[in-house]
Parts: sequence; C-alpha cells; structure tokens
Amino acid sequence: METFRQTRRSHTRYDRGARNISGCGLAGMMSLSGERTDGRLIREAIGLLHDRSNGLGGGFAGYGIYPEWPDHFALHMMYYSLEAQEDAEKALRHNCEVAREEKIPTRPIPTIVDPPLLWRYFVRPKGDLLVERQAPSEDDFILDLVMTINRSVEGAYVFSSGKNMGTFKGVGFAEDIGEFYRVEEYQAHIWVAHGRFPTNTPGWWAGAHPFTLLDWSVVHNGEISSYGINKRYLEQFGYCCSMRTDTEVMAYLLDLLVRRHKLPVPIACRVLAAPFWRDIQQMEEPERRLHKTLRQVYAGALVNGPFAIVFAHKEGMVGLNDRIKLRPLVAARKDDLLLLASEEAAIRTMCPNPDVVWAPRGGEPVIGTLGSMEVEGEPKRRLEEASA
Amino acid sequence: MAKTMAAVQAAETREEMGIVIDAQGMHYRDLNRRLREAATEGEARFRLVNVNGQRYIGTGLKGDLHLEICGVPGNDLGAFLSGPTILVRNNAQDAIGNTMDSGSIIVKGDAGDVIGYGMRGGTIFINGNVGYRVGIHMKAYRQKSPVIVIGGAAGDFLGEYMAGGVIILLGLSERNGDPLVGNYCASGMHGGEIYLRGKVDPRHISPHAKIAQTKPTQIEHIRPHIAEFCTHFGYDADKVMGEPFFRLTPVSHRPYGAKYAT
Amino acid sequence: MMMKERDLLLEEPQTEEAEEPLHEVRVATTPVYYPPEFRWTNDQERCARCKRCIHQCGWKALRWEGRVVADDSKCVGCHRCEAFCPERCITILPNPQAFKEHGLWSVGHRRNLWKQAETGGVLLAGMGNDLPYQVLWDHLVLDACQVTNPSIDPAREPMELRTHLGRKPEAVEVRQNGDGFELVTALEPGIELSTPIVFAAMSYGSISLPAQKSIAMAACELGTLWNTGEGGLHDEVRPFANRAIVQCASGRFGVDVDYLNSGAGVEIKIGQGAKPGIGGHLPGEKVSQDVSETRMIPVGSDALSPAPQHDIYSIEDLRQLIFAIKEATNYEKPVSVKIAAVHNVAAIASGMVRAGADILYLDGFRGGTGAAPTTIRDHFGIPIEIAIAVVDQRLRDEGIRNQASIIAAGGIRSSADVAKAITLGADAVAIGTAALMALGCTLCQKCYTGRCSWGITTQDPQLTRRLDPNVGAQRLVNLVKAWSEELEEMLGALGVNSIESLRGSRERLRGIQLDRTTLEVLGVKPAGVGA
Repeated sequence: METFRQTRRSHTRYDRGARNISGCGLAGMMSLSGERTDGRLIREAIGLLHDRSNGLGGGFAGYGIYPEWPDHFALHMMYYSLEAQEDAEKALRHNCEVAREEKIPTRPIPTIVDPPLLWRYFVRPKGDLLVERQAPSEDDFILDLVMTINRSVEGAYVFSSGKNMGTFKGVGFAEDIGEFYRVEEYQAHIWVAHGRFPTNTPGWWAGAHPFTLLDWSVVHNGEISSYGINKRYLEQFGYCCSMRTDTEVMAYLLDLLVRRHKLPVPIACRVLAAPFWRDIQQMEEPERRLHKTLRQVYAGALVNGPFAIVFAHKEGMVGLNDRIKLRPLVAARKDDLLLLASEEAAIRTMCPNPDVVWAPRGGEPVIGTLGSMEVEGEPKRRLEEASA
Repeated sequence: MAKTMAAVQAAETREEMGIVIDAQGMHYRDLNRRLREAATEGEARFRLVNVNGQRYIGTGLKGDLHLEICGVPGNDLGAFLSGPTILVRNNAQDAIGNTMDSGSIIVKGDAGDVIGYGMRGGTIFINGNVGYRVGIHMKAYRQKSPVIVIGGAAGDFLGEYMAGGVIILLGLSERNGDPLVGNYCASGMHGGEIYLRGKVDPRHISPHAKIAQTKPTQIEHIRPHIAEFCTHFGYDADKVMGEPFFRLTPVSHRPYGAKYAT
Repeated sequence: MMMKERDLLLEEPQTEEAEEPLHEVRVATTPVYYPPEFRWTNDQERCARCKRCIHQCGWKALRWEGRVVADDSKCVGCHRCEAFCPERCITILPNPQAFKEHGLWSVGHRRNLWKQAETGGVLLAGMGNDLPYQVLWDHLVLDACQVTNPSIDPAREPMELRTHLGRKPEAVEVRQNGDGFELVTALEPGIELSTPIVFAAMSYGSISLPAQKSIAMAACELGTLWNTGEGGLHDEVRPFANRAIVQCASGRFGVDVDYLNSGAGVEIKIGQGAKPGIGGHLPGEKVSQDVSETRMIPVGSDALSPAPQHDIYSIEDLRQLIFAIKEATNYEKPVSVKIAAVHNVAAIASGMVRAGADILYLDGFRGGTGAAPTTIRDHFGIPIEIAIAVVDQRLRDEGIRNQASIIAAGGIRSSADVAKAITLGADAVAIGTAALMALGCTLCQKCYTGRCSWGITTQDPQLTRRLDPNVGAQRLVNLVKAWSEELEEMLGALGVNSIESLRGSRERLRGIQLDRTTLEVLGVKPAGVGA
C-alpha cells in the first residue's frame, strides 16, 4: 500500500498535473492482414531492450484480444483500495450497462510487488444518459467517464478503455509485467510494448506505458519538452492530464486530432512533428498552404523535444520520431508484418529475417493500415534490390 | 455561402434607375458584399427594399453612387463613407456617418445617437429628431468641412469635442415640450460652429462655447445647407431662415490648455 | 419644472466677450523654492569651451558666460550634452541637497505638492510608471534541459521564431483526395512575424517623424510590425505601411477607408497601460503643417482624443466597430483591439474575442506614454505579467484561445522578459520604451514638453533633424535581432526548437519569492517544485 500512500501524498496543489519523466525502450508489431498472434514474441522483443528500462514500468497493448466483445468498451481498472473500487464501480454502474466484470488474470511473479487491484469491465453507455447528456458519440461519453474517474475517484484509474483491445501494464521490467499479465494467452493483430526508465520519482502503476485512451495506445521514448503547453492546449478540449506522464498528452492529442477533428492519420503526424517553416516555404502549393494552416491552427499540438513513439489504434499502427530525430526508431517489413522498435535487435527477435529494415527520418511517420499492404514511409529500396 | 448568394440574386431586379435588391432576411455581410460587387461591376444606383437592421450599408463603397433605402437600416450606416449618397426613406438608427469622409446621408425620419462621430467631410441631413452625442468630435480638414443639419431637436452632448465643421439644429418638428437641445451642448468644443434656430436655454450650453446672435454674413454662410435640407424634405427655405439663429463657437481652440502643471 | 425652465429661455444673447470661466484662471501664489533634481557640473580644466553642450541642450539649461553655466532647474538629466561633449568633462549628478528624511513624505511627493500649489495644475508625466512596484519578471525563472532531455544548439540546429497573429479555427478540415490531401479550411487573414517582437503604437505627433520612420523601416527590414498610433499615416512612412498596424482610436485622426486598407491590420485602441480610461491631448502647438496633414485636422488645432470611443459604450458596440472596420476593409485585415490591463482584464478579453477581435493587445501598467497625468500613470492598471496569465488562462478555460492572438506590452526590458511573457501565454510582445531607448532615449520622462533633445518626442525641426532614420532603423534592427538570437538560445536551452512550444508552457517557469496567491494567479509553481 506504499504506492497508494505516495499517490495520495503527491496530490498537493502544485503536484496536480505534474508528471514523471523517463527514458525508455519500445516495440510494436502488426499484421497488416489482421492475422492474430499471441504475446510471446513482443514480450521477448521488449525483454531484449531490458537495459533501456530500469524496472520501474513496463506494459503491453494488444488489439483484437476480445473478439467476443466487439461492441463493448473494455475498461481495465486499477484500484489502490477497496473503497476506490466501490466508488469507481458506483460511477461505472451509474453510467454504463456492465455486461461482464472480472479480475484481470495474473500470475504471481517475485519481482512484481504490491500490485493494485486489477479488474476489467465490458460496458456500454446507458442509452438514456447518452441522449440526456447530448454526448456526440459513445466514444465521447466513455472519454468523459474515464476523465472523471481518473480525476476525481481517489485511488482508481482507468488504464484501458478501447473496444476489442486492452492494455496490461505496471511497475516492473516489461518482460516480467508480460509474465504477470499472462500476455501469451491473448491473440492480437497489433502488439505494442514498452519498458520504462523513469528518472526521478518511483514509477507507479498507472503511469506505465502504453498510455491509452479509447482505442488509442501510445508507447513513448523520450521526454516531451513541450509538455507544458501541450497539456494546457488539451485542457481546452476537456482532456485532463492526470497520469503524471508526459506520454498521456500524445494519446489525447491523437484522440483529438484523429477522432474528434477527423484529420487523416498522416496529417495528424504532420501536426505532432510539424515540418520546419523553411521546408514549408519550399513546398509547392497547395501543400504549402495546408502545412502553413496546420502549423498555425495546431501550434499548441506541436510535440517538441525528443520522442520516438509507436501508437496504435483500431485501424493500424504508426511509428513517429520528433522532427530533428533525437530518439531512435527502426522499422521493418516481412510479408504482412510491420515491425517497429527502438533498436533493430528487438525487431530481429520478432522477425529474424525481415525483407527490409530502415530508420525513418525525423518527423516522417511510418503508417501501417489494417487491410493494406502499403506502408507509408517504407522505402522503395526493397523493390530496387529485387530488380537489381 | 453559395446558397446565400443564390438567394441574393433571385431577389434582385433591374429598374430603369438601377438595381433593386430585396434585403428581406439578408445578413448585412451578404448585402454589403453584393453592393461592393455590383459597384465594382459599374452599377451606380441601388434601391434596397425591405431593409431592416442591416448594418454598415455604404461602408467600403467609393465614388458617386446612390443608394435608396426603404426600411430601417442598421447601425453604422455609412461608416467611413467615402463618396456615395444614401437616402433613407424611414427612420435610421445609431452611429450614422461614423468617421465619414465624404458623401451624403439623408434621413427622412428620426435618427439615433452618435451621428457623424469623428466626421471629417460630407453632409448628413436628418428630417426629424436625433439622440445623444450627435456631431461628436467632428473636425474639418483642408477644403473638407462636414455639415449636419437636423430638422427636429437634439439630445445631450450635441457637438461634444467638436473640432470643426457645422451643425445646424432647426427645431422644426413638434417636440412635445422637450428643449431644442439637451444638456452639455458643445462640451469640449474647440473648433467649428453650431447654429441653433429659435430659443435656447443657456444652461444647456457648455462654458466651452460662446453664444452669440448670428450675423447676416454668417447666415449667408449656412444658407446653402439649409436650402439643401429644405429641398430634401419639402420645407420653404425662406420661412425656415426667417427665425433668428444663435451661433456657438469655441471659447478657446485649446480648452484644456491650462489644465496641466508645467 | 419644465415650464420654469422654459421661462428662462434666452431672448437676449450674451455678448461675444463672455467672461473666461473661473476654472480656467490661474492665480499666482507665493512661490516656494524647491531645489532642482539634478546638478550639472563640468570639469573646467578639461572643458574645451566648444559650446557644443549649449547647442545640444533642448531645454535651454546651459548658457555661455565666458564658460558654460547651467540653470540646474531646467536640466532634466537627459544626458544629451554629456553624450556630445568631446572632452567627456560633463557629469550630471543627483542634487545632493538634503531634505529632512521622512518615511512617508518622499522628496518626490513634496516636490509635486509644491508644484501643484504653485500652478493649480494636473501633474503630467512621460514614459511609463516609475514607482518601485515589484517587477514580477524578476521573480520568474526559466527551466533548462539536463540529462533527461537534450538541449538544442541553436547555432547548428534549426530554431523557429516565426509567429502568426490572427484568428485561427479550432480545427482544420482535411479531405482525402486520391493519393493526397485537400485542405478544406480557409484561414482568416493574419499577419506573419519573423520574430515575436513588434513595435508598440507611437503616433506621429507624440514622436517625431524621423523616430517613427526609424521604427517603420526597422519593422519592414525585420519582418515584424510597427504601429501608427492614433496619428494617421504620414507620406514619408506610407511606403512602410505593409508592415504597419493602423490605429483607429477615439479621435479618429487620419482615419478613412484608404488608411484602414493601407496597413497589415487595423487596431481599435480602447486604452493604454500608462493611462487607462484616459484620452489624449496633443496640444495645438505641436500640430504643425505635417502633423495637421497626417491627422487631417487644421494647423494649430488641439488634437483631443476622447477618453472613450464614443461609438463604444459597451461590448456589443465594440463588435459593431470591429465589423464596421471589417466591412470597410472587405474582411481582408485582422482587427486588433488594444486595452490597458485592468482588474477585470480576463473577462474583458474574453468579451473582446467574442466580439470579433482577432488580436488582443494588452498593455500593462508600466507601459509608456508621450503624456499622461502622473496620478493615472502611476496608480492605475495591473502588471502585464498578471494580465497575460489571467487572459491566456481565461481564453483556454473558455476554449477560445485559438480565436485570437495576444500581444503583450508594458515594461518589456530584455529578451528574458520576452521569453517569460511568451511562456506565460503571449503570442508576441510589443516594445515601445525599449525601442525609443534604442534611438537614444535616456528615460528622462519629459516627453510631454516636446523639447526632447534626442529628437524623439519633439516636433521642433531643430531637434528632430538630430535623428537620422537610417541610423535609427539600424539600431532598432540590431536590438531586435540580438533579442531574437537570445530567444533562440533560450529555446535551445529549453530543448525546444519552435517558439510555439514555449508559448503558454508555464511548466517551464518557476516563481521565486512570490506568495502563493500570486503564483496561483500566474499559474506557475514555486522554485523547488519539480515536474
């Protein structure tokens, strides 16, 4: 319960909205054709990046793991006390039809100590409340609920809230966390994983990666130097940064840009890692006007400072670097597999002989879309090699 | 937007005198844009019917254009006006001729507050009564000297801060016991002239203005403006000119010159 | 009651020779001697007897009596004579003449009181509030990167200061179009700045033509903005109008459709930090032929700017004027609204944005002026630091921050102040006093006399000819370039390479020696509290 007390103590005036900073390792794999695999490979890959983390946080997200619940939001919850569970469940039942609730299956691991209570719920918003609150969509309704619980129910955190996907994370080395959550028992077409190296305060369970919101999940290496303004920008749209990790702004930004503002994913990437004005000046119209407009309107959404991220959503997986590439990211293709990781070695763990391996340029996204064999950002080199 | 434009065009007809625009339900932005477009295409005469509350009519138009307005135009009629002549067949609202440069605005009915604020040139003729702060901070510049002629009575602060030009207040209409001009007339006046026809309560006049009976040469000076007023609204100019006028001029061109410790 | 008044109706007009009203009359009182502020001295041994100091003094404080003799009571401490003394033999000292010390009655209070007892007039002052209020800039410090994230070296990696002023939508609509993307959203007209530093509004009339031309030329060269103030646009600065904000204030001097369309944007001036709620008087003596043409008023006429804009008595009236200007400019110019930072500035700013303002120009209580009643200058309004913080937060709380840009002004002394202003939430800052100092101003605060020996705040051709616009422009360009370079250094230390990543990023600021409430208002944590 030490962790819980720490959490509570840190909720002083100035600590609210503060965050831990961290270095990290990350990995992601996706089957473009939607074929599902279990979590063993990704666990091995992130295990290989052991030295990029320090045992204070690790986690996984899998897409396609709950095929039997395609239309229900799978809420993964952490509770630091039974009272917290009681309060959070009250809020859940008040707002949602809960179709199923259960403990998240775990296995005891010596290195994983003091886990919070871990539960999951498959829910849908209550129809009459949807109408009453004039929520634009079920997603917005759930988003609002997640924000409310995270902000106001002491000791309760929603750490996963998408459909047919789930996040498994906590304090420990990533491979141990995978072991603890039994990730080998889930089948997913996209897996992302993260090993964390928080620099100052001890890591805490909800602050581990992936950071998720609705269908979004983000794993992140680096520190967002623009966190202060990104957070305040998001607050304007009702996002409350309560997880004390700079990565959460990334998830919220994606939700805002892609789900709410309906920007295509490549355009959203251009917002997060915007081209320099000098480069924009050299573009041809109408591309120049597009980029000028994006930078002006979304100035508060520019993510500055070192970052490499892999984010996933129900339709695909994306890798993205900051615009001057201050963090590493490697990508690879093999048949219908798209692989991303901090180091090539992690990729080779998942796929020993990829067709092509490349390091994406700063600010240039790698975008894999479910059902399409075309990966944006992939070099044409493979074809050249084939013809040579 | 395309939809609005279509509506505008459907409501337009052409008469011998020019274009007739039915402004029923139109937003001022659409109406004024249509006017600017038509003016650019060379149209010079417009009749706007069913006007009701549309603001800024005439703003941004330049040159010798004629607009006739049927209905009550919105505030800031002819703001920054630069050339056109606007005839309003009904009452008009506040802030007519705001910072007007040249042109003419003729209102058959009453008008509201703050008419001709900062006006530098051109003429405004109001047949009826006007509200507060009319002719505030009018100024003259080179050959430009703005003129406001009011047929009825005026509210408080007529000619406040006046720095140039001419205001003529005729008091022709029935005033139901209200005075010709409200309180603080010519407060801060430091240029220009105000002519008041008929009786004036000196307590309504600011100490910043001198009050004098109008001399014959001065009467001749304003005769053309009164004659034009009478032409617009059908009065007998000689009859109007028959009554005595009082003339207000500034005590000093520097009303606050001695205000500061130096 | 009505009838009684009517009985008094004037039948016999007063004569033209009406008596001067009592309040205009000044009664001479027994003068109280009070010692001058400065003591002018020169080293007789070194003095070359060149008389240049006598010539340079615009205040006529020096005369020749076989040697240079000073009338200390006329010396304002502007140091013009000293700057031009070839022998460097002039020293201007604070007058050591001692008064009995008093904790309540400073010598300044006593001096002002005596002056008013003598003249019966309102005290005037130039430049900004000079009272020793706490300067919040000096209690805010910036963060820097160490270990966990890298600083960036601006000398070798790209740094972006480019800033866009104007209204932006909340979201951009982009349509997939074949392989590419099509932009559906069209931005409203805005202004692009190469650096987030613009020049504050200073009218021709309040400053000399060479001074305004220096600023205008510098703004064009730098790719930033200058501001006409309420003085119209003189032909000599018209070529630089594409980088001007043309101001429309209560006196409407020089305002017509062409003027409104000539600049990069239009500004409605409601108030000024140095004199919130107060209009302006440019005395008739200063309305020369040139000033007359620019302001479009007769020569020698007082140019009175009323305290309020008389077509704006309420927020909906502001909307009316904003859109009058938009109509007059065919919606092609962004409209800025300038206000003095006052107690309720956040709510007012929100109203301004909702009224259609594209740019909010906030002027803090240390902002400069050519002339203001001292009482107003020194005791009205709030610091710009506070104003930026509360306005930025309020607009964010209401979700309308994107709808307008914030220009902050009033006491920006260095690039550090610029960086802190932007970190608190400003899009750009405006510099007025700092710009004049680049032109030579030494802050003697006598602008209102029109005798500025540096040729800045005067219309006397003998004095204005001292300022060469080419030299002045170069000095201003130097200043802004140096500050911009320093801004890049600061961004680099903060580990970001674009100014928008600093804008509003209060997490990167910490307060020192500030009380809890002030920190809360500023939205800044105290030093010692980490991330």
